Amino acid sequence: MEIKLNGKQENIENNTNVADLLKQKGIQNVEMVTVQLNGTFVNKEDLSNKTITENDEIDFLYFMGGGSKSTVRQKRCYHQ
Amino acid sequence: MLKIKRETYKQIISSAREALPNEACGYLAGTSDTITHCFPMTNTDASPEHYSFDPGEQFEVLRKTRDLGLEIIANFHSHPQTPSRPSEEDIRLAYDPNIAYGIISLVSEDEHFNLFRIKDNKVIPEGYYII
Repeated sequence: MEIKLNGKQENIENNTNVADLLKQKGIQNVEMVTVQLNGTFVNKEDLSNKTITENDEIDFLYFMGGGSKSTVRQKRCYHQ
Repeated sequence: MLKIKRETYKQIISSAREALPNEACGYLAGTSDTITHCFPMTNTDASPEHYSFDPGEQFEVLRKTRDLGLEIIANFHSHPQTPSRPSEEDIRLAYDPNIAYGIISLVSEDEHFNLFRIKDNKVIPEGYYII
């Protein structure tokens, strides 16, 4: 069936749930991503229960974070 | 090698300065290998040593970039007190293998901005030039 994943048309098998789809896309740890199904956030505990249906729009984004503390020393010297 | 529009580069730097003493963060978008848009975002940690994006805001920017026919090419954040290279925390939390990670250092008066690819805890510098 046809769905839209991150804005692009994709063909996936029927009865795929969101967790399965993420695994197929190489996301092993769901803590890494935030998911919206048709514009609504999906709780991480619900990812396996949400079965995808024809023409659903699924977007996932990776967690973005970090911090300047404990800067790693590297062999190569960059600007500053 | 990426290209960054001069105006966009200036926006990155000014957003880092405006966020002081905290870290700034945001997405950089464009087409192909050219960054043409800077989307400063809320640092939900509001910290001089850490940043996190707001997921709701991430999706807003994602849709905005799509509407403009752009794609997200990189993110950026600032290091107000440390050099422009990834910290252990930056590497640990660099989950997205598809984008470059930009870091602006404000240690000296002349800011320094570097881009990196970070995958499987490996850091590879990504070159760029300003157009």
